Amino acid sequence: MSGGHSTYTPSTGIEKWIDARLPLPRLVYDSFIAYPVPRNLNYAYTFGGILAIMLVSQILTGVVLAMHYASATSLAFDSVEKIMRDVNSGWLLRYMHANGASMFFVAVYIHIFRGLYYGSYKAPRELLWILGVIIYLLMMATAFMGYVLPWGQMSFWGATVITGFFTAFPIIGDPIQQLLLGGFAVDNPTLNRFFSLHYLLPFMIAGVVVLHVWALHVTGQTNPTGIEVKSKTDTVPFTPYATVKDGFAMVLFFILFAYFIFYMPNYLGHPDNYIPADSLKTPAHIVPEWYFLPFYAMLRAITFNIGPIDSKLGGVLTMFGSIAILFLVPWLDTSKVRSAVYRPWYKLFFWLFVADAILLGWLGSRPAEGVYVVMAQMATLYYFVFFLVIMPVLGLIETPKRLPNSITEAVLAKSKGGAVPAGATAAPETKG
Amino acid sequence: MSAHDTAEPTRRDFLYIATGMAGVVGAASLAWPFIDQMRPDASTLAAASIEVDISSVTEGMSLTVKWRGKPIFIRNRTPKEVDDAKNTALSALKDPVARNANLASDAPATDLERSAGEGKENWLIMIGICTHLGCIPLGESGEYGGWFCPCHGSTYDTAGRIRSGPAPENMAIPPYEFLSDTHVKIG
Repeated sequence: MSGGHSTYTPSTGIEKWIDARLPLPRLVYDSFIAYPVPRNLNYAYTFGGILAIMLVSQILTGVVLAMHYASATSLAFDSVEKIMRDVNSGWLLRYMHANGASMFFVAVYIHIFRGLYYGSYKAPRELLWILGVIIYLLMMATAFMGYVLPWGQMSFWGATVITGFFTAFPIIGDPIQQLLLGGFAVDNPTLNRFFSLHYLLPFMIAGVVVLHVWALHVTGQTNPTGIEVKSKTDTVPFTPYATVKDGFAMVLFFILFAYFIFYMPNYLGHPDNYIPADSLKTPAHIVPEWYFLPFYAMLRAITFNIGPIDSKLGGVLTMFGSIAILFLVPWLDTSKVRSAVYRPWYKLFFWLFVADAILLGWLGSRPAEGVYVVMAQMATLYYFVFFLVIMPVLGLIETPKRLPNSITEAVLAKSKGGAVPAGATAAPETKG
Repeated sequence: MSAHDTAEPTRRDFLYIATGMAGVVGAASLAWPFIDQMRPDASTLAAASIEVDISSVTEGMSLTVKWRGKPIFIRNRTPKEVDDAKNTALSALKDPVARNANLASDAPATDLERSAGEGKENWLIMIGICTHLGCIPLGESGEYGGWFCPCHGSTYDTAGRIRSGPAPENMAIPPYEFLSDTHVKIG
């Protein structure tokens, strides 16, 4: 799709002067104005743009908060309270940053599930998908370290538990943990390095996002039919069509974001984090932020030894494996058909997987005892079966529905009998 | 590079290899300080041993002190607690090894090997960190009258040995020595 020739024509003298020296306006024009996008993209495809704006929002609020924050164990908690009470608009900026992290994850989960539903990871978009998984991993690391900075009870004990994962590995585990913490327990060196890395990682995310978008513009976007673009009638120009659709979705998303900031700013947090960190007192329940709960449930689900692997190492490996497996998805799915729209069985197992992920999240918030443990074990099993058994086997045995010949055919078939004037859908690129 | 064309290595071949070697060695030696700075620093290591006055810890009392940022439980156990631990068969234990830094690494987890030794069996000194994921267990609670970890439900007996729950090991015993009857050096 990006293989087409540039249609940018500098009109004024200054535009020509710049274009001959640094053709940045040409790049922007070709990428975000004339760039052809499939005409049938739905609102599930707007979350890439939403994620980009959330990254910008997090960086802007984060840079400002760092001007008022002190990353020393004796000062950190009080400096955050000072931001909340004394700094002008500090409460707003901090709530934007804290809830922004949650919104960022809401958007990324919808974005990932959209990719799984429409088969966005399949050839030739494997690298695009892998870059996305790398961004997701960087987001998790950034969010974890950010949660440590207020130096509340959950900050401290979350950091203790999560760095404790590494002690599960024999021999190298303890030295690795000491290297991460800069000591024998979570303390001042840990807080300082987490702050430094928390500031660095978002810019690394931004760097990988550039690669992600680059890869996207090489292969072109997928679309709900999963059929590649074949002719000019299959696409519309990015501006105004995708720009307006993305913009409208962003406004709706920001309304949700604002609702959390202004009406329930602490709903997604944990009250224990308003108690200063105490290294001699563990809170009754250590619970990670909601976006880590499914993985936390899988960590705790392994309560039994597997051969030479004890339950602790088994849990850690299961948790890391649940993310590592995402890297292999392009090769685990053997189906020739990209989109779940034409795969009745995959569609069923996909929605079961969504329900399973939500169930795991809920189980992660429950205490690890009784029936919850058994449920978490079953849900963990389905998580892995979905990727390791259903994806490869289903692609070989499933009979897909008949695919339309082109995106245009699919769009026209859908709007047949609708009240839409024929001209509006047949040639949308002539509008606006 | 051009060694294929001429019989003798040229000056360019030499410069190519020398520059490459300097680059590799340089990058490796430059990487070291960046990794090294992450390790526990001198002030952290300087706090590696502490002396504790335990004269005020009477029978049935516990003291928690901080060593290397970690809580150390020093408990003067009651005779009943000692007997309970002694009467537990080794076969009933999840982790049969003492985990005592003062003894050989394969010492059995008998009550004697967990305690401060002959004549000081009432003293139990251990790192008060659950071996599961690092929470601090609550004292004198749980099914076995020892410790109970509120995070994921591990229970320890009166000798700090893991009895049930997800934790894999007995709570660790730090290196320590009694300087006198009332003073202990930890670390």
